This record gives sequence, C-alpha cells and structure tokens, in this order.
Amino acid sequence: MLDTVMQQAPAFFNPHNLVFILQAMGRTLGMTIVGCTTGFVLGMAIAVLRGSRSVLLLPLRLVAIGYVEVFRRIPFLVILFIVLFVIEPLLPGTSLLGIATISVCLLSTAFLSEIIRAGLESVPGRQIDGAHALNFNALQTLVMVTLPQSWKVILPPAAAFVVMFVKDTSLASQLGVIELTFAGKMLVNRGFSPLLGFGAILVCYFILSYPLSRAAARLEKRLAAS
Amino acid sequence: MDYTFQFSEVFAELPYLLGGAVVTLEIAFISFWGGAVIGLGGALAKVYGGPALKKTASTYVTALTNTPALVQIFLLYYALPDAGILLGSMTAVLIGLVLNAGAYLTEIIRAGIVSVRPSEMDAGVTLGMSRLQLVRYVMLPHTAKTIYAPLSNFFVWLVLGSSLAALFGVEELTGRAINVSTANLRSIETFAVVAVIYVVLTVMASASLALAGRLMFRVRAKVF
Amino acid sequence: MPHLEIVSLSSRYGSEEVLKEVSLAADQGEVLSVIGPSGSGKSTLLRVLIGLTPPSGGEVFIAGERVDYSSRRSLKGLRGKMSIVFQEYNLFQNMTVMRNVTVAPIKIKKRPREQVERQAEALLAKVGMAHKQDAYPEELSGGQQQRVAIARALATNPEILLFDEVTAALDPERVNEVLETIRGLTNEGITMIIVSHEMAFVREVSTRVAMMDEGRLVECGPPAQIFDAPRQSRTREFVSSILRH
Ligand SMILES: Nc1ncnc2c1ncn2[C@@H]1O[C@H](COP(=O)(O)OP(=O)(O)O)[C@@H](O)[C@H]1O
Ligand SMILES: [Mg+2]
Repeated sequence: MLDTVMQQAPAFFNPHNLVFILQAMGRTLGMTIVGCTTGFVLGMAIAVLRGSRSVLLLPLRLVAIGYVEVFRRIPFLVILFIVLFVIEPLLPGTSLLGIATISVCLLSTAFLSEIIRAGLESVPGRQIDGAHALNFNALQTLVMVTLPQSWKVILPPAAAFVVMFVKDTSLASQLGVIELTFAGKMLVNRGFSPLLGFGAILVCYFILSYPLSRAAARLEKRLAAS
Repeated sequence: MDYTFQFSEVFAELPYLLGGAVVTLEIAFISFWGGAVIGLGGALAKVYGGPALKKTASTYVTALTNTPALVQIFLLYYALPDAGILLGSMTAVLIGLVLNAGAYLTEIIRAGIVSVRPSEMDAGVTLGMSRLQLVRYVMLPHTAKTIYAPLSNFFVWLVLGSSLAALFGVEELTGRAINVSTANLRSIETFAVVAVIYVVLTVMASASLALAGRLMFRVRAKVF
Repeated sequence: MPHLEIVSLSSRYGSEEVLKEVSLAADQGEVLSVIGPSGSGKSTLLRVLIGLTPPSGGEVFIAGERVDYSSRRSLKGLRGKMSIVFQEYNLFQNMTVMRNVTVAPIKIKKRPREQVERQAEALLAKVGMAHKQDAYPEELSGGQQQRVAIARALATNPEILLFDEVTAALDPERVNEVLETIRGLTNEGITMIIVSHEMAFVREVSTRVAMMDEGRLVECGPPAQIFDAPRQSRTREFVSSILRH
C-alpha cells in the first residue's frame, strides 16, 4: 500500500492537481465564510426577534422558533436533499454550489441564532430595566447595553460552531459541489490510491480547521479568565 | 408552477422508514457507548497521564476533531482494502463514528473532571476520605452531573450525524429515505416526512435524557 | 501537657516561605484565636495542621503524640481527631444537607447509619438547620451553608476544631448567626483554633489570642493583653487599625 503511495506521489503532487485541490479548498472555505456570516447576521436578527415582546411580531416569532427548533434537529444531509428538491423546480438553473450554500446558511442560521440568544439572555434583566428607565428604545438597549456585554458569552461557542461547520460542509460533496471532499473522490476515481487522495484531503481540512480551533480554544480561555 | 403534494405513497412506506429510524438509533447508541469508553480513557490520560500518554491522547483528539468524519470513513472504507482489510460499510461507519465520538467525548469528560472544585476535594480529605472514597463520593458525582448535559447534546448530535452512513449504502433513516424517494419519485414529500421523524426522534431523545438527568443528578437540562 | 502543641512549624509554597517557625500551644477545651493581616499565613497554618499543605519543618503534637505528616496512617488518625470549617463552606454540592453531614461518619468511620443520622439531626438542630436537612447547598444562603459545614465538622466528633475566617464570605446580617453557633460550642471541651477578623467576637470567646504577621507569630496572650496592652508595636498597629473601622 505504501509503495503505491510512494510511486504515485510525484504524479499526485503535480501543479495541476495542487491547483485543483487549492480551488476545492477555496470552495470549502468560501461556503464556510458565506454560511457563517449569513448565519451570524440572520441568527442575530432571529435572536433579537425572539427576545422582543411585541404582540405584533408574535406570528413572526412563532415562525422563527419553529424554524430554529426544526433545523437544529434535522441532519444536514437531509437539509441538503430538501433544499435541492425544493429549489430545482422553483428556480431552475440554480448552481449546485448555490444550493449547497443555501443549505449551509439555513443550518448555520438556526444554530448561531440559538448561541446568540443564549448570549443576549445572559445579560441580567435589571440592566435592561435600567436602560428602559433611562428611556432607551429597543435598538439602543441592544447596541449600548446588551451586545457589549453578551459577546463574551457568544464568541466561544460561536467559534466552536465555526470549527464544526468547516467539517459539515464536506457533506455538500454529495451534491457534486467540487469542494475538498468531492475533489478527493475525483482524485481517487482518477486512479490515485485512496490513502493518498483522501489522506491529502484530510490534511487540507486540518490546515483549515486547526488554526481555527486553536483560536477558539484560546478565545474561550481568555474570556473565561476575564 | 403547480405541484400537488401527495403523501399517500410516502405514508405507505412509513413502517419501512421507521425501521430505518431504529437502525439510526442503534448506530448512535453503539457510537456513543464505544466513544464513551475511549473518551473516559482519553480524559484520564489527559488529566492524570504521564507526558507520553498525554501527548498521545491530545494528538488523537486534535487529529480527529479537526477533520470531517465523512472523509475519515472514506479513508477507512476505500484505503484499508489496499492493505488487505476489507470492511463492510456498516463496520466502516461504526468504526469511524466510534473513533470520532471518542475524541469529542475525551474533551467533554476531561472538562468535567477538571471542573471538580478543589475546595470540595479539600473538604473530603479533611473528613478523612481515602483516594478511592474521594473519587466515589466527590469526583464521580460532580463530574457526572457536569457532563450530563453536554453528553445528552452529543447523543442528539450523533443521531443526526449518523445520517452520513447513508452515503455508504447503510439503510438507516436517511438511506431508506433515499431508497423510497428514488422508487416513488416523491422526493420532497419523502424527505419532509423523514425530517419530521428526525425531529420527533431527537425531541424524544432530549426529553427522556433530560428527565433521566433531572431524576439522577438534579440537572436542569433544557429540551428546547 | 497541652492538648495541641505546635513547635517551630514552617511551610513554603515553592521557594516562598509563608510560615516561619511558628510555635503555639493550646490546652484541652481552650479557644485560641489567630488574628493578623491578610496574607500573614493564618490559613496556611490551619492547612498545615490538618495535613492539606505539607510542613517544611517543625513538629505538631496532639496529646503528646507526634503527628507524622508524611504517613498516610498518621494523617488518617489525625483527621479522626481534628476537623476544619473553611471560609468558602466547601459543602459537597451534589449531596443534601443531611448527606453532607453523614457521609464521613457512615462511609469513613463506618458507624451505623441510624445512629449517625440521629446525631446529625441533633447537630443540625443545634446549628439551627434541622428544617433544611433535605435541601441542597445551592438552595441555602451562605450563612446557612456555613452552619451546615459546622455541623458536618462536628459529626466526626472532633477533639480539635479549626475555623478559617468562617464569616468572611458572608453578608453582614448573616455573620451573627454563625458566630452565635460557634459561641454555643465553646463550652463543650473541644479545643478550637479560630482565625477571624471579628475582633469583638474574638475578644469575647477566646482564652488566648495569637497575632501573626508575614508568616511569623508576633505575640500571643490573653485577649486583654492583645487588645488593651499589646507588647509589640505591630500588634498595636494592627489591632487599632481594625478597631477603628
Ligand atoms: N496555593 C498557594 N500557592 C502559592 N502561594 C500561596 C498559596 N496559598 C497562599 N499563598 C501565599 O502564602 C501567604 C500566606 O497566605 P495565607 O496563609 O492564605 O494568609 P492568610 O490566611 O493569613 O490571609 C500569602 O503570601 C499567599 O500569597
Ligand atoms: Mg486566609
């Protein structure tokens, strides 16, 4: 097995393959960045919405709760299939990468909104009352009182989520998006040994994930200490 | 466009799909308990082991938690035959998930062990407890209580994560969903029903784990 | 012969010596209080006495018998005779009040459960916590937890009882209930070493008071001497600075 690897190595590590892998790595990274950014923005919106007490927003709030609770309880693979089957007839011509990205955003929004909500709720109610007593409106309270205090609670689990998320994107390979995992499959299909092909892909994931997880661990320690 | 939903063909396959749900739970169970054994060993090695043992355990955790389980299982499934080891798809998936769970559970259990308050250990020592009694009466109960909620969450995560077995042809819930939808061509309906089954499955798991936790450790775990 | 005799006891954290050749003695039933600024080594003294922190020199005798802090058997014997109550209560959070009090006598001293539970009920009544015996520590106030910790220490039938700033972490209105509890124990023949900043209390209950500073024993004498006519200028400074507040 190892001699096959040695024998194939020169052919495997040719510039053409390396560019191919790097592009795939870029797609994995791209899905992660788009997914997490969208997830953070929409998740924040949902968290704030769920914290509001307005009766007018009640129907919207129920929809948000339903969405968050359901999407945190379905496997990402099933989300991918559902998005695929819904989008294909509705918006024909949407690229596979587009479908994968939508799925990824649906997943991250659900999880990140929960993380953000827990953070917002960690700020003691009497401070919110204090802000209201000073005539702050909801937005002012959020920006000036709640957020500055809750990011310490939000960031560590959010960072840990991003680390998990990088790996979750590997399932998008199932749709045929040429991200890292699919690239690995293609290389193996081209005749490279699975040890070499998937081994290289594992190393690529590690390169993406390790600095992130170190940063997340350091962040957690730093924020826990302060 | 007009599309009429038709669930009758999916409902006809409900027993088949529910059978898949049982397989899903089985995979999650085996991965969880296999992982728990590894995780306990890993956590003890990380907290109490010598330098070599510590290093080994943390290398294992770092390697597995920073790469996707899916690709790890690809490697097991496709590369091992070159070394003369032929794994069935279910076996490959189980080995992969157990090793993964072991890595995550090492971290969860380790965090529980180090969270034992030194002051409570002091109190135990001054009351004359032996080392074994300290473990039995102070460390174990505290650790168990602390890690209970993360463990339940992790079990739910395994229920969802086990769906990757479908990609290797294992007929658990997602795998059977794929089979049903290719046969009846009612993909949306099939996956909608399967999504509902997953939701029910995980809510049931969280709820029963939360109840058990409340009875055993007075843990106030949230289901939602 | 003194009940507890401390001879030239020293201890260090790393290279820093925080207890420097302290010698003290207490007779049976005596209440010896230790005062001094924070960081002066009072807690370390108690931790060394009960074997949580190893001594780096000196000796300790209980009823004339030398304690060997390097021997597990000797430590076990020591902790059968000596108990401690900490500043932060240190109750087992996973056990009810009752279980906290009974776990050591039942599991370690192997005394019959019924007898222990009867004694525990009496002890909890004595510290005013009988009505909370099924509660968990997190459901109690600091003062209540501290009274349970005292009952737990008493349940091992100690001859010597150590108190380390047991009221320091409490709200002012909770301090008295705990001091009251300790006061009630002073006439039971238990030898007590009390580290405290509650000067009025120290003055009232102590038979003798020891003043520590920077790991050393500065002065030791009856309360009247320490509070009204200290022989050392350091004691005068400390006492007057505290009493002014
Ligand atoms: N675990 C420890 N490690 C290192 N130094 C310590 C430790 N505990 C206490 N010290 C040091 O020992 C000295 C005495 O502390 P302590 O006995 O707690 O004083 P007190 O109880 O009188 O306030 C202090 O200078 C303190 O910083
Ligand atoms: Mg102290």
